[in-house]
Amino acid sequence: MAEMAANNEIPEVLFWVGCAGSFDDRYKKVTVAFVKILNKAGVKFAVLGTEESCTGDPARRAGNEFTFQMLAMSNIQVLNMYGVKKIVTACPHCFNTLKNEYPELGGNYDVVHHSEYLQQLINEGRVRIEGGETFKGRKITFHDSCYLGRANGIYEAPRHVLEALDADLVEMKRCKTKGLCCGAGGGQMFKEPEAGKKDINIERIEEAIETGATTIAVACPFCMVMMTDGVKNKEKEDTVKVFDLAELIAQAEGL
Amino acid sequence: MAIIQQIIFLAILGIVGWLVFKRASLIRNTILLGRDEDRADQPAVRFATMLRIAFGQKKMFDRPLIGIMHFVVYAGFLLINIEVLEIVLDGIFGKHRLFAPFLGSFYTFLISFFEFLAVGVLVTCAIFLIRRTFLKVERFQPSRHREMNGWPQLDGKIILLFEIVLMIAILTMNATDTVLQEMGSQHYTRTGDFAFSHFLKPVFANWNETSLVIYERFAWWFHILGIFTFAAYVTYSKHLHIVLAFPNTYFSRLTPKGEMNNMPDITKEVKIMLGLTEAMETNGEENAIPERFGAKDVPDLSWKNLMDAYSCTECGRCTEACPANITGKKLSPRKIMMDTRDRLEDIGRIMQANDGKFVEDGKSLMGDYISNEEILACTTCNACVQECPILINPLDIILQLRRYKIMDEAQAPGAWNAMFQNLDTNQAPWKFSPGDRFNWADKLRNEV
Repeated sequence: MAEMAANNEIPEVLFWVGCAGSFDDRYKKVTVAFVKILNKAGVKFAVLGTEESCTGDPARRAGNEFTFQMLAMSNIQVLNMYGVKKIVTACPHCFNTLKNEYPELGGNYDVVHHSEYLQQLINEGRVRIEGGETFKGRKITFHDSCYLGRANGIYEAPRHVLEALDADLVEMKRCKTKGLCCGAGGGQMFKEPEAGKKDINIERIEEAIETGATTIAVACPFCMVMMTDGVKNKEKEDTVKVFDLAELIAQAEGL
Repeated sequence: MAIIQQIIFLAILGIVGWLVFKRASLIRNTILLGRDEDRADQPAVRFATMLRIAFGQKKMFDRPLIGIMHFVVYAGFLLINIEVLEIVLDGIFGKHRLFAPFLGSFYTFLISFFEFLAVGVLVTCAIFLIRRTFLKVERFQPSRHREMNGWPQLDGKIILLFEIVLMIAILTMNATDTVLQEMGSQHYTRTGDFAFSHFLKPVFANWNETSLVIYERFAWWFHILGIFTFAAYVTYSKHLHIVLAFPNTYFSRLTPKGEMNNMPDITKEVKIMLGLTEAMETNGEENAIPERFGAKDVPDLSWKNLMDAYSCTECGRCTEACPANITGKKLSPRKIMMDTRDRLEDIGRIMQANDGKFVEDGKSLMGDYISNEEILACTTCNACVQECPILINPLDIILQLRRYKIMDEAQAPGAWNAMFQNLDTNQAPWKFSPGDRFNWADKLRNEV
């Protein structure tokens, strides 16, 4: 972003990478896949790079409003300094925070989740599903992220993206408004679960496996971790794969 | 004789009216203990929400069969009240079927229609009672949900039994009434048979006039006293939702579910810390720093959280959908609401004993009613908020309790403290250097 600003260039969109997208080895692959899609589609985008900080989502949801607002305010300072108008992010937690919680602190942006953005690129013909792996006949089930679905009412965009793959889309028993959480939201990602009889991601993965799907599609870095762990726990790594929407599109494009 | 009945009726009506008024005032006063929160914006949207969710019961129809059955009881309750109005007026003026002469044959049609509703309510409540008692619906089982132990479970059954008995009273009253009419008994205005009660006439066929009059009067009094008792009972029961569902949906949140309320007091502090505003600018407001961050007790919650608690019907749809509860954690969103109400009821009793003032009793919602383990189990997934048929928000309470625990008591689990520390120093929840944030692009650069 700094380079673009120095050259007086205005990006079409700012790609908010997020902490998982920047640091988590598994999710870095999603970041790379999404960037490849954007590059191929000829989208002029920018990233903040080292100027980006955590949006503060886990702090706010754990109850630490101070840390949240400190992070939010400094992010807003950076974003406003560059005059950012539109943001796309692959993380529903970043998405929710940037979209719904930053305006009250002085950060007003047009924020979209990468599922919506991908759908738009596909609809506009800027992304063409060709040249890569074929998904015909492959069974895919989509796991709704709480912060995309219930929190922001986005249920259809990720499904439209998957439909574009021409795969066999199957639903879990609990989906859309009834979708079961992966267990990582609300700061749970960063601590051990409270005592219970089962881990939430195990409950969810059993449901996903029940559909007979060989691919579990996710659209959230936390869901990615929880579902992948679930698959490992069930020793199904060889037959069931967990992918983000962007990775599936990139595969189909042969990127 | 008639005049004595009128006096007794008026006296009872007055006492019940007074009791209900006292209870309603107490409920209102305890709700007003809550923090201010503006929920009066966008009246048109709010009104439409109320019509759709409370009046139209839209969310109940997520489960069509239960939705229809609940609608039968609801519609019956709402419309039979018109008949109750006549009964009350009869009681006050010492008349019998006051509206009959004015309405003629339409009156017979109207009462027949009410009987149709009454039979609907009777059958549905019987099914609900059987379901509650024998079908072992998971979310009602005290063995699985500790908050349902004792009174809440009994309360659910009492209400259903109440309605069944009241409907039987009204139907048999009408049956004896029409038998008496046919006998030409004085005082019994001729209306003709009603749609359902005439099937009950054979039961009373061989009774003499005196017994019939006694039964008819007994059923009349039993029914109206039952209604009065019900009116007072409701204010102590989970059944308060029949009234509060309307304001509760009207004042519900209109913002996306994912949005969590901002804390402006903290914004002020953070701005000073970041040098965005001078401390001087907030001069004079220095004392405005809140006594407490988050919520420890019900007065720290917003009035809407408290109205939510009184509105809760304890149906358990929230808990049934809660991922933490499903997997055996202690958290139950329904219990959060019930605990909040229990605390409010306790405070209400304290207020009554102290001329309407809340005197500290050394207890608080957080700690004495709700444990840290419960609120720590929440994933903030909004499933409970999504499920509630009358738009109650348990998550909002959980978040405020967390804010208290974390910021005021500084009691976070160790792993969370580590996360906070990483956020404060590395601007990421994990222990990575901020300078490495862009390293993911190295691979791409190499490829290019």
